[in-house]
Amino acid sequence: MAELSARPHPTVAALFLTYLKIGLSGFGGVNAWARRVLVEERRWLTEQEYAEVLGLGQVLPGPNALNVAIQLGDRFRGGLGALAAVAGLFGGPMAVLALLAVLHDAYGEVPIVKAVLAGIAAAAAGMVLGTAAKMAQKLKPSLPIIAVGLASLLGGAVLRLPLPYIVLGLAPFGIAAAWWTMRPAR
Amino acid sequence: MSDGEAQSEILWQLAGGFAAISMIAVGGGIAVVPEMNRLVVDVHGWMSDARFAQLFALAQAAPGPNVLVVGLIGWQVAGLAGMLVAILAMTGPAGLFAFGFSKLRGRLAGHRWLRIIEKGLVPVAVGLIFSSGVILAQGAAVHWIAVLLTVFATLFVWRTDHSPLWVLAVGAAGGALFL
Repeated sequence: MAELSARPHPTVAALFLTYLKIGLSGFGGVNAWARRVLVEERRWLTEQEYAEVLGLGQVLPGPNALNVAIQLGDRFRGGLGALAAVAGLFGGPMAVLALLAVLHDAYGEVPIVKAVLAGIAAAAAGMVLGTAAKMAQKLKPSLPIIAVGLASLLGGAVLRLPLPYIVLGLAPFGIAAAWWTMRPAR
Repeated sequence: MSDGEAQSEILWQLAGGFAAISMIAVGGGIAVVPEMNRLVVDVHGWMSDARFAQLFALAQAAPGPNVLVVGLIGWQVAGLAGMLVAILAMTGPAGLFAFGFSKLRGRLAGHRWLRIIEKGLVPVAVGLIFSSGVILAQGAAVHWIAVLLTVFATLFVWRTDHSPLWVLAVGAAGGALFL
C-alpha cells in the first residue's frame, strides 16, 4: 500500500508522453508494456494497484488498455489527463499503422520482413507470459485467489471461451475469494 | 448514389457498427474479433475472410493496442477517413463510459466493498494475461527457434528487470537469421 503523502502526481504532458511510449512499444498488446512502464519504470502505481485497475478495465466494456488509460489519466489529472493518456496510447500506433498499411501492400510478402515479424511475434508472446508470471509472483495471492486465476487461464487458453463469459462468470468467484481473504477475523 | 454519398454511407456504417461492438467488448477488444469478422465480411461484404485474417495479423505485428485492427479495416474500406472514424467509434463511447465509471469510483474510494470487488477482479485479469500469452505463443510457434525465442523472452522478462525492448530486438534478429 502506497502512502497517501508519497503519491506521485504526474503532469498532463507526462501522462501523454508515458502513454505514447507504452503505445509505441506495445508489441503483442499493450497491457504488459503498460505494467512495465507504470509500475517498474515510472513507479506511479504499485503491482497491486495496476492489477486492480486492469481488472476493472476488463469488466468495463471496450478495449481494456483504453479503460485503464482513462481511469489512470482521470485519477492523476482529471478529464484532461484522461484525454492525454488516450491520445498518447492511440496516436503513436495509429501513425505507425497507417504507414504499415501502405508498406504492407508493397513489402508484406518479402521473406526477410516476414521472418523478422515472426521473430518479434515469438518474443512478444514470451514477454506477455513473463509479465503474467511476474505479476502472479509479486502479488502473493491467497489460495482461493490462485484458484480463480487458474480458472481464468483454463477458460482463456485451453477452453477458449469467449472473454465476456470468463470475465463475468468468474468475477463473482474472484470477489468471493477476495472477501474470504480480507475477512477481518482470521 | 454519388461517390460522395456512398463514401459517407460507408463511414456511418463503420461508426455505427464499431461503436456497437465496442460496448459489448467485455474482457477486451480481442473478445469481439468474431463479431468484427461478421460485420465486415458477412454483413457488409467489405472484404474476404482471408483479407480480414491478414489485417488482423498485421495489427498484431504492429505496436499498440490490438484493437487498432479496426483502424486497418477502416483504412481498407474508406481510406484515412475510414481509419479515423473506425478508431473513434471503437474508443469514444466505451471511453466515455469508463470516464463516468472513474468519476463514480472516485466518490466511492476507500469503501470496503469497492476494495473487495477490485481485489476480486485481479486474478481474472492476471489469468487472462497468461492466456493471451499462451495463445500468442501457439500462433508464433512456427519453428523450434521461435519456441526457443518465446521461452527466452518469458524467462528474461520474468526473472530480470531489464527493458523488454532487448527481448524484441533479439526476436527480430533471431527471426531474420533463422526463420
